[in-house]
Amino acid sequence: MAVASTVVYEYLRGKKKFPHVWCPGCGIGIIMGALLRAMADLEIKKGDVAMISGIGCTGRMPVYCDFHTLHTTHGRAIAFATGIKLSKPDLKVVAIVGDGDGLAIGGNHFIHAARRNIDITTILVNNKIYGMTGGQYSPTTPTGKFATTAPYGNLEHPFDAYLLAKGAGANFFARSSVYHATQLQVLIKKALLKKGFSVVEAMSNCHTLYGRLNKEGSAVQMINWFKDHAVNVNIAKKKTPEELEDKFITGVLWEDNRPEYSEQYEALIDRLGGRKKEEKPEAEVVKQ
Amino acid sequence: MSENNVRLFQGNEACSFGALAAGVNFFGGYPITPSTEIAEILARELPKRGGHFIQMEDEIGSIAAVIGASVAGAKAMTATSGPGFSLMQENLGYAFMIEAPCVVVNVQRGGPSTGLPTKVAQADTMQAKWGSHGDYNPIVLTASSVEDAYYKTIRAVNLSEKYRNPVILLLDEVLGHMREKIHIPEEDEIKIVNRLKPTVPPEWYQPFEITPTHISPMAGYGEGYRFHMTGLTHDPWGFPTAKSSEIKEKMDKLMLKISQNVDDISTYKEEFIEDSHIIVIAYGITARVAQQAVRIARHKRFKVGLFQPETLWPFPDKGLKKALENANLAIVAELNQGQMIREVQRLAPKKTKIVGAFRYDGELITPDEIVNKIKEAN
Amino acid sequence: MIKKSKKDSTDSNRIEIRLSGSGGQGLIFAGVLLAESVGIYEGKNVAQTQSYGPEARGGASRSDVVIADGPIYYPKSMSLDILIALTQQACDEYYPALKEYGVLIVDSGLVRQLPTDNAYAIPFTHIARTEVGTPVVTNVVALGALAAITGIVNVKNLEKVLLSRAPKGTEEKNKLALSEGYKIGKELLKQRETELVERF
Repeated sequence: MAVASTVVYEYLRGKKKFPHVWCPGCGIGIIMGALLRAMADLEIKKGDVAMISGIGCTGRMPVYCDFHTLHTTHGRAIAFATGIKLSKPDLKVVAIVGDGDGLAIGGNHFIHAARRNIDITTILVNNKIYGMTGGQYSPTTPTGKFATTAPYGNLEHPFDAYLLAKGAGANFFARSSVYHATQLQVLIKKALLKKGFSVVEAMSNCHTLYGRLNKEGSAVQMINWFKDHAVNVNIAKKKTPEELEDKFITGVLWEDNRPEYSEQYEALIDRLGGRKKEEKPEAEVVKQ
Repeated sequence: MSENNVRLFQGNEACSFGALAAGVNFFGGYPITPSTEIAEILARELPKRGGHFIQMEDEIGSIAAVIGASVAGAKAMTATSGPGFSLMQENLGYAFMIEAPCVVVNVQRGGPSTGLPTKVAQADTMQAKWGSHGDYNPIVLTASSVEDAYYKTIRAVNLSEKYRNPVILLLDEVLGHMREKIHIPEEDEIKIVNRLKPTVPPEWYQPFEITPTHISPMAGYGEGYRFHMTGLTHDPWGFPTAKSSEIKEKMDKLMLKISQNVDDISTYKEEFIEDSHIIVIAYGITARVAQQAVRIARHKRFKVGLFQPETLWPFPDKGLKKALENANLAIVAELNQGQMIREVQRLAPKKTKIVGAFRYDGELITPDEIVNKIKEAN
Repeated sequence: MIKKSKKDSTDSNRIEIRLSGSGGQGLIFAGVLLAESVGIYEGKNVAQTQSYGPEARGGASRSDVVIADGPIYYPKSMSLDILIALTQQACDEYYPALKEYGVLIVDSGLVRQLPTDNAYAIPFTHIARTEVGTPVVTNVVALGALAAITGIVNVKNLEKVLLSRAPKGTEEKNKLALSEGYKIGKELLKQRETELVERF
């Protein structure tokens, strides 16, 4: 592990930007580490990556990462990322969104990026609460749980991001948690390799707010909860709904191979003869 | 269609082809009357030229995609109208903050709310200046003929590139749908401005470098420079700052890069000013009506001149002050209940009586209405 | 035939034409054809504007074409020189905007109450249906008649523009519609002139 952890230094913006803004014990750092190690495993060059985020605790991640980074407005990361991917299709585009950011205010962009199946790897950090604004309920806060805007318990029903992504047409959906750092790294790697809209939902702990308001304990206790309640997708298949009631399913939940949007658009440009001569790949010119 | 490259174009068509001539290679938009033709034309033309078009899920996404494309190095544009322009305001503020060159065309229709989708208005005059929260300095251009729409779109793109600032082009329903003759110039007749690119080694690059002109070179994604941009108030490196000195430096930069160059940015047209003590002030399509009105009134021996701001923001203060030096009557004609008149009130000498000729019933004001105002008030 | 009022003396030979009726009658397209013929092929300045509702079919629709030798400032019409009305509603609404000596052309099948004896009443829709086989080209029949009656546009130029703008496969029908309209326009004009000679 010691060797593995130094790998991420290459991808971080050095000491200048640290210490970070996250609370001690926050899971976002683990997710960032898993993402950067996945990049290292795939030997992705820093200059080939665009990392776009929205607003919230999760939105702060790009500051620390040495890519082309864009910290945008609340909920809009995927829409900004769409413009970037379409105009520079060679870039590896990663969107970092939170549960409120990506599924409430940004829900529409999430759905339509999935429908378009544009090649953006979306890391959905799900800590079931709005952290930066002080603990309000989010679209993934379970019914009955407490938040500063749900003082009598949440009356609403949470989203299942997996069903949303699958229903909207994404090519890939996987889920893991901050306890399962290695699995998270493997799944992010798969998502980065997958063409099309891919989502990795990383279950994370907000002990400062969600944990305190719902009496779920410290960071360690919350992370242990992930350990005890995670069920791998292959094992889950053999279980009854009752057995899975308070569990969450991890692993690759959905994979498809629908055509990817920016590739389709580039093919359209070629079909219409819109490619400037100097832009044509050399191999093609030689053929003539 | 015909020899000499003379075409019969709609205002929206002229705007679209002006954008292409200026080098726009990305358009993100959402259908809305009366701007939709621009999206339709660019959906057809952009891929033929290697550019990219996308219809986003809403106007918030449209402007987001446009800013994303701009940051990635594209010349990006969107076109919308009333409700869509309102939806874009937050991200437009973001574009001002990260100094992303881009063009937003607003083909104005009647409001508030859904208002009059197929009818004309100029009621976004103030929104174009103040629509997003916080202090920022927009460049807002206008056009008054189909040919003008072509050249003003080119100018909008060029100014956005030159000053690394979003530029808003205010058209209107009548101009957007009106057809007139236009001479399409040859490619080499059009002056193109491209954003300043960094020349320093990547590790020295500051995306918001403090420079004497307040304009910082801008690298695109994938061009060897890695940098951070954020809507949070930031230091020259693009990282969030809470230091008052750096905050003030950033805010000054946003203001000064525009306000120091008002003479370059803010243009206007004048007719019959010299011998006139009555000045009609109008912009866009209303300026066309005013041109007619001024001629009719002069025929009736009124000493009337016309002042037409071509750049609405920053407002051509100097020009109007000078035009009103000898005026004892100023008639402000606009398709709203009185927006630009505030600028005239701010700039006119005390002795000048200021009268509004407002029309806001969805129809274009007529020359007679302006002439009657001149008769009544004189 | 088209007299100028004093009010427009600021403009050089400004002529204002309105094509009016209801949505779906192709009035805006007709306005575009007229503007392009006169503007591109006859070297005049033109401004074509329109007014329409949210409906793609039905609802009031009108298209104004202003033609002048010099610059056109106000792009809409102030007082009409020529009014084409393809519905009773349009005729009633816009006739008051027509100049004293202005030319009124109506579809006689759809405009039953004429506001003046001087109107040129031609069954455009009927001609389109019977002579060409489709009411879709009513607008083009009307344009042909307009060219014949007013002489503001050369019908040859109209045909050129029509053929370049008409959807593929409809060229022949459109050509026929234009010539039918032109033919009846000429006949009517001749008849009118004979009447005038007889009257005085």
